[in-house]
Amino acid sequence: MMPLRPDTWVGYAFAIVAGFAFGFVLERAGFGSSRKLAAQFYLRDMTVLKVMFTAIVTAMLGLTLLTSLGLVDFAAIFVNPTYLGPQIVGGLIFGVGFAVGGYCPGTSIVAAVTGKMDAVSFLLGFGGGVLVFAGAYPLIGGFAQSGSGERRLLSDWLHLPMGVVAVFVVVMALGMFAGAEWLERWMRRRDARASEPPAESTPDDQAHAPAAAE
Amino acid sequence: MAHAIAHDARPESPERPHWNPYVAGFALGVVLLATFLVMGRGLGASGAMARATARAVETVAPTWVHENGALGSYFANGARWWDDWLVFEVVGVALGGLAAGLTSRRFRLKVEGGPRIKPTSRLAFAFAGGLISGFGARLALGCTSGQALTGGATLALGSWAFMFAVFGGAYGVAYFVRRLWT
Repeated sequence: MMPLRPDTWVGYAFAIVAGFAFGFVLERAGFGSSRKLAAQFYLRDMTVLKVMFTAIVTAMLGLTLLTSLGLVDFAAIFVNPTYLGPQIVGGLIFGVGFAVGGYCPGTSIVAAVTGKMDAVSFLLGFGGGVLVFAGAYPLIGGFAQSGSGERRLLSDWLHLPMGVVAVFVVVMALGMFAGAEWLERWMRRRDARASEPPAESTPDDQAHAPAAAE
Repeated sequence: MAHAIAHDARPESPERPHWNPYVAGFALGVVLLATFLVMGRGLGASGAMARATARAVETVAPTWVHENGALGSYFANGARWWDDWLVFEVVGVALGGLAAGLTSRRFRLKVEGGPRIKPTSRLAFAFAGGLISGFGARLALGCTSGQALTGGATLALGSWAFMFAVFGGAYGVAYFVRRLWT
């Protein structure tokens, strides 16, 4: 029955292997580049959305399927506890930081080890943010701990079986992928019209430019 | 004039193309699923960075860190700051990112930013963005990895709320910081 939950040091060894694969994929997806990541917020390169939702759907379907086959004890899988207020406010703040800084924590690590000095700066800033939060904790700790903290799934909230919600998520993801592809094409055409007639470089090329152009 | 972008003097070694986003997403999903099946928990990043920050500050202000409501638990009852799955996982992320960057020939020392921003400004805004993100991630108990990706896959209600809030915050401010990127 899974999860296997190996001994501590076996788990730590697995952590390095899993982390290695995680970092490797992030780099190959192009997430070591702040320009590519930030392009998501200007609708010119929807890679962040595509990678993220494909990953969520893949892992979600794997978990749901293996649970229904009786191979996984879903009750033994960690589910992030629900603190809606802090998660929504923290998410909004985090999103602002993402758009300003061009990275999220995981991608900034990949960017930093591939030589991006702006990612090193982001990481130092992130440490600063952790300290500001710690310093402000006596004031905001009450809000930070507000919420039930219970194990609550989308399916509990919607009063639907997990499998039905999983199908909803797949349909939503497919709709978002179709929308993302359409938006990228639309923005390319729009940018091509806006630039001068011999428009050789498309926005997509520019998103990859740090490498391709030189 | 893309002065923010370093010039590379190795035209003979073109970098490898990125993976197709859906292929990369599927690979990431398989890694995430594997961590659920083996460890019973998903991936993360910000928790390890909070621990590393706490350890760094412990050298100058140990009492403050140990008694702090947000950081003290990392050292409570003789606990060691590094004794957590996420710390080892993040070491792996750095190694994997480095290996991928070297083999894709994308490793390059540079300051990357939009076409209109000076490198010094970019470094300052990257620091500011990190500062804001660090605060937000601690308040939300996680980041894009530990909340959005991991919690999203387990259908955690709060993680889905976090994910939409992140996109809301980023899209909400994108217009006002467009000089940084466009």
